[in-house]
Amino acid sequence: MSVDFVRSPSSSSYSIKEVSFREGNDVIVNPVIRYDSSGSNPVRHGSRGASSGGFGSSYKEIKDDDARLVYVNDPLRTNEKRFRFAGNSIRTSKYSFLTFLPRNLFEQFHRIAYIYFLVIAILNQLPQLAVFGRGASILPLALVLFVTAVKDAYEDFRRHRSDRIENNRVASVLVNGEFGDKKWKDICVGEVVKISGNQTLPCDMVLLSTSDATGVSYVQTTNLDGESNLKTRYAKQETQAKASLWGEIGGMLIKCEKPNRNIYGFQANMEIDGKSISLGPSNIILRGCELKNTDWVIGVVVYAGKETKAMLNNAGAPSKRSRLEKHMNKEIIILSLFLVALCTVVSISHGVWLRQHRKELYLMQFYRKYDYSEPEVEKYEYYGWGMEIFFVFLMSVIVFQVMIPISLYISVELVRIGQAYFMIRDDRMFDKSTNSRFQCRALNINEDLGQIKYVFSDKTGTLTENKMEFQCASIGGVDYDNGKAIDTETGYSAQVDGMVLRPKMMVKIDQDLLHLSKMKHTDEGKHLCDFLVALAACNTIVPLTVETSDPAVKLIEYQGESPDEQALVYAAASYGFMLVERSSGHIVIDIQGERQRFNVLGLHEFDSDRKRMSVIIGCPDQTVKVFVKGADTTMFQVIDKSLNLNMVKATESHLHAYSSKGLRTLVIGMREMSTSEFEQWQSSYDSASTALMGRANLLRKVASNVENNLRLLGASGIEDKLQQGVPEAIESLRTAGIKVWVLTGDKQETAISIGYSSKLLTSQMTQIVINNKSDSCRKSLDDALQLYKKLSDVSNSNDSGNGAGTNQLALIIDGTSLVYILETELEEKLFELSSKCTAVLCCRVAPLQKAGIVALIKNRTDDMTLAIGDGANDVSMIQKADVGIGISGQEGRQAVMASDFSMGQFRFLVPLLLIHGHWNYQRISYMILYNFYRNVVLVFVLFWYALFTGFTLTTAITDWSSVLYTVIYTSLPTIVVGVLDKDLGRSTLLKYPQLYGAGQRGESYNGNLFWFTILDTLWQSIAVFFIPLIAYWDSTVGISALGDLWILAVVILVNVHLAMDVIRWYTITHIAVWGSILATFICVMVIDALPFLPGYWAFFMIAKTKLFWVCLLGIVVSGLVPRFVVKVFVQHFKPDDIQIARVAEKFGYLQGDAETEMNPIFDLPQRTATT
Amino acid sequence: MSSEDGPSKKVSRKPRYSRFTQQELPACKPILTPALVIGILMCLGIIFIPIGLLALSASENVVEVVDRYDDVCIPSTDQKVGFIKDPATNKTCIRTFTIPKKMRKPVYVYYQLDNFYQNHRRYVKSRSDRQLWNPKAESSTTPCDPEGQTGDGKPIVPCGLIAWSLFNDTYMLSKNDAALQINKKDIAWRSDRTHKFGSNIYPKNFQNGTLIGGGKLDESIPLSQQEDLMVWMRTSALPTFRKLYGRIETDLEANEKITVTIQNNYNTYSFNGKKKLVISTATWIGGKNDFIGKMYMAVGGTSIVLGVIFSLLYVFKPRPLGDPSYLSWNKSPTLD
Repeated sequence: MSVDFVRSPSSSSYSIKEVSFREGNDVIVNPVIRYDSSGSNPVRHGSRGASSGGFGSSYKEIKDDDARLVYVNDPLRTNEKRFRFAGNSIRTSKYSFLTFLPRNLFEQFHRIAYIYFLVIAILNQLPQLAVFGRGASILPLALVLFVTAVKDAYEDFRRHRSDRIENNRVASVLVNGEFGDKKWKDICVGEVVKISGNQTLPCDMVLLSTSDATGVSYVQTTNLDGESNLKTRYAKQETQAKASLWGEIGGMLIKCEKPNRNIYGFQANMEIDGKSISLGPSNIILRGCELKNTDWVIGVVVYAGKETKAMLNNAGAPSKRSRLEKHMNKEIIILSLFLVALCTVVSISHGVWLRQHRKELYLMQFYRKYDYSEPEVEKYEYYGWGMEIFFVFLMSVIVFQVMIPISLYISVELVRIGQAYFMIRDDRMFDKSTNSRFQCRALNINEDLGQIKYVFSDKTGTLTENKMEFQCASIGGVDYDNGKAIDTETGYSAQVDGMVLRPKMMVKIDQDLLHLSKMKHTDEGKHLCDFLVALAACNTIVPLTVETSDPAVKLIEYQGESPDEQALVYAAASYGFMLVERSSGHIVIDIQGERQRFNVLGLHEFDSDRKRMSVIIGCPDQTVKVFVKGADTTMFQVIDKSLNLNMVKATESHLHAYSSKGLRTLVIGMREMSTSEFEQWQSSYDSASTALMGRANLLRKVASNVENNLRLLGASGIEDKLQQGVPEAIESLRTAGIKVWVLTGDKQETAISIGYSSKLLTSQMTQIVINNKSDSCRKSLDDALQLYKKLSDVSNSNDSGNGAGTNQLALIIDGTSLVYILETELEEKLFELSSKCTAVLCCRVAPLQKAGIVALIKNRTDDMTLAIGDGANDVSMIQKADVGIGISGQEGRQAVMASDFSMGQFRFLVPLLLIHGHWNYQRISYMILYNFYRNVVLVFVLFWYALFTGFTLTTAITDWSSVLYTVIYTSLPTIVVGVLDKDLGRSTLLKYPQLYGAGQRGESYNGNLFWFTILDTLWQSIAVFFIPLIAYWDSTVGISALGDLWILAVVILVNVHLAMDVIRWYTITHIAVWGSILATFICVMVIDALPFLPGYWAFFMIAKTKLFWVCLLGIVVSGLVPRFVVKVFVQHFKPDDIQIARVAEKFGYLQGDAETEMNPIFDLPQRTATT
Repeated sequence: MSSEDGPSKKVSRKPRYSRFTQQELPACKPILTPALVIGILMCLGIIFIPIGLLALSASENVVEVVDRYDDVCIPSTDQKVGFIKDPATNKTCIRTFTIPKKMRKPVYVYYQLDNFYQNHRRYVKSRSDRQLWNPKAESSTTPCDPEGQTGDGKPIVPCGLIAWSLFNDTYMLSKNDAALQINKKDIAWRSDRTHKFGSNIYPKNFQNGTLIGGGKLDESIPLSQQEDLMVWMRTSALPTFRKLYGRIETDLEANEKITVTIQNNYNTYSFNGKKKLVISTATWIGGKNDFIGKMYMAVGGTSIVLGVIFSLLYVFKPRPLGDPSYLSWNKSPTLD
């Protein structure tokens, strides 16, 4: 056979499942379906179209201006003048010895809190405003800065070390015609590098040749994207041929795109011997990957060092703000208004005071307006009326600075770290099958998990396992679905070179089919044979042989990026059509013991427009055949129905039956090509694939030209099993008042059947199906809304709202209608309808539509949304939703990279939301309120005292105590409680998912609670301040002694207040709460034992009197009685659900199963008791 | 936390189980049951009312005589400041009062100043604690302005506005024409005498300026024995305050007439401050002040009343504790 084969331009990542890329107008056929989102779109983007600019860039044709020119084996010329490409030395460290201090400080002061601290501290340094001692005012800031700097320095030191190790690794580089060792950091663009098997790649290189004669090599990209399957990369045949001449090679020029972070895309042209050939992502190997199953490769460096894709992708986790924090910031603004108000009151009163006493200021012993010690009598620290008021204002800002709870930001951060620790460590969220823990990628939205109202879920890989299993096939109009599982030993195996080869996994075998496959002479047999060859050949699967314990037996493992293809190839192998070898030009299929070589002449990638892929195969019998497989909708358009109408009809009905069972269906067809037709195709394919402009469009056109008039071979049904615990999880979420929406690319029937099996849909629900084209959508929506009204009317009249369950609605809508609706004013109606439905199922949706649906809800309600998905097609919705969760599953890691949290299984959503989310929300909300209270109560005490000092802001409480108040006296208990306290136990929360509603309704943190807290704070500050004030009125008490009483009273009060609200007392809680009080006493004693302070020994003197202790007791009790009484009243007369459940939990109404309850959601691990 | 680092696939990354990481530590879960609530409220009442009664009776037992003299110990009404500032005028003033009830020893003699902001910022800051006990720090007078140095730059010991404004009225008490000894020893804190005010520090250049703020100090007596100064320098917390002047070590019988000879030196007239002489006994509650007693009675009483109200409520409108049927979603909407 003389036909030269033409290689596919890229490895395929064809996946039949959900259409996994965007419908951009200009970019359709791209060699890679996935787009990298983790880096290129770090910012959340708008719902529609906003992101297309970000990802499309790498697919544009290269213009000369944008190109990078690499002269192969000529680094000098490559790096000359116009371009200085980055060297391969990397630097992940941030600081050097000299730059550490300024840069680190600069970075730290990016935080608004630190700036506030700094401004206050600077104000305090002005002599007129020196309220606190120098040390006391700077210490907290200095402490925080120092600790952070030490942490940063240590981290940077480790980065320096790893950089050094990385940079000094050695690679083999071609210098003067010979390969010699060179350190990684010295490699530069244009050099030719040789890599041996199992080595890590030092930089991004275009493959020139490999040890395999056909130019194939395999790389593992675990370090890059976490995918552990092998990826095939090819050296171009043109360069491969020159493998022996590397000594004197040169004169090749690679023109490639500028460095970018898209690890799945690459576009370049190579000029070699006057010819121009195109390079794609399958020709480049990236830094960080490991070479596998290949002895050596030779490549030319195109990107080095910080310009490599791996380094460009070192982006941080996405940053979001939690809703609670946004709320909190609002309240902090209120607090700052308070602060301004208090300061204004003090400064204006001071002005009035000065005015009233203006005649007396000269002689008052305690004012002394004039300084007589100098020869010339001058005013002593008196700057006139206006200035005095202004200074008093600034001073009061300094004194009342804790009104803005800056420490809260730090404590909240600490608490979130604690919560993240617990979430990560939760062994109920550990996935055994993928050995993956829960991961917190975003640290600042933990509490959002407790307020979720909508869950948007992907289907494949999220609800289902994405482990495809071939179930049944319809071949030639006959349905074969009586598969029986057989064990590996008796299954099909092939003899090669005295070795036994077996497929690693067996599918269920239908005996009829197996029997038929051996009868090649009959028509049915031939038809079946074609079908199985199509299964084995029409894909991009790479067979790998794996050793077993028996040296004579080897297993064949099929590696590929699409699980559907894997399933099909395994199925073909089980019927004796075993794919045993693939190189870039041909595949070898062992057909029932007979090795046959098929030339792969061409391959048309899957794309979402055609929804099919095809290969052009040169068969051993010298014929050329096109095999096509794809989704039924598009396949039936290109199938020649006139050939066998009955068969087509039968297949269609089988397809319907399959998809009703929830199977994923594929239709397979083929036709033969004549030589002339083939030649014509080949020339157009060649010109299309090297075209500089519009290559993608041209390739698509070429593909559609061959994919027509196909003969229908059959269809396959692949089962995508539901993940464990999914129905129960959905049930729980629904009970918790969370609306679960499933967005899938699957067909409507498949989607509905999965909906039933996952309990998303129930038989009591009224289904509203909208799948019309364009205009009738409006009518459907109106009808549906009518229906809803009618139903709710009926149920209302029937039994006054009791039967809320009887009129549940389920909306099923498909992508086409969605596009139409989202683009018109019908959006509003859709929202209205969908918000009334208990379940919404969107099928046939494209990734961008997923984000559009999330935006539909997000823009119209305040409700929190959560998106969960596992694939690249979910990235847009994960980023759009308030909380994005990535499933670390079969489909690579883009979803995980874009997510805020990642986990192994869908069912972990239940513990994540109902347990951790609930706790996080409740803990953080309480903590925020408490911190407001804690700081404001001190400020009020200081404020009251200012009214008794002539409005001059003398503080009775020592500087050190007021500084230590937030640092030592009261900080630890709130953090401990914020991390550990639980309002309800795990099993109660799972048993009553409705308890989650507390978070959705924002019961633990809202405006009312804030004002209530402020009111309570006001009362408590009055108790703290005025009880001692009146008790010590007309007495000899000194300022320091009374100050000590006040600070101790405040500290005891706020700690007892916390103690009153603690729900679960752990030993550590006791230590923190009571220990803080003790620590305060000790600190006060230490401060009063310093003879150089005016308050020397004051505490010991006042503590000797009984009045002191009587005051303390009186303050704490009278301060807390109102709160206690209100709390008891509320608990008795208006108990909330949490309260009831808590009591029930304690008194055993729920106990029966509380400890032993095995929620079906968990396959609770059998633990060895360690207690 | 952001990325996983598991190098080896073999090692299970399953989190190690511990009760801590699974948040299953044993905990005490107190619940406010009706019994507990009523118990707490009653307990509060039972504790607070007796303390309140004790405090009231203690305050009741204090015998206190307060005599304001600043307004009567000055001759003319319009030249008060001139009178008090003139060192030549005779400022002796004699007051008499009757002891209302028997006063057991020790009887304390206080002076009380009203409207004197000893807690004014300009005032409190103006002192040098180091100078008071460290002879080497004599010249550390920076915080003391404007009374840090004399006009010719010599350090003032003790410096600062506080010391400068030392109270200098004196009282001589007599009972039935016999002098009543006022013991002025140990009126300052022991800690001040032994640690804060040095026994080798002597007043220097004190009260030499053009403006006299108050009393002068005997330059031959070390600071550690200047107890009036020590008392004065314990600045008061509030604008109205008392300071200990001395003790009378004898009982005073009811209806005894006490005559006080006051040297009315201290200038409070420039800012309308009042001066009072206070003779009082002391109890554990301090001086005469029934606020603590009343407050305790009020709190205790309120607690008991609330306790009773709650008991009645629990009797008449009981609610089973933690009955899951009360959960909002279990309640039938028609019931409410």
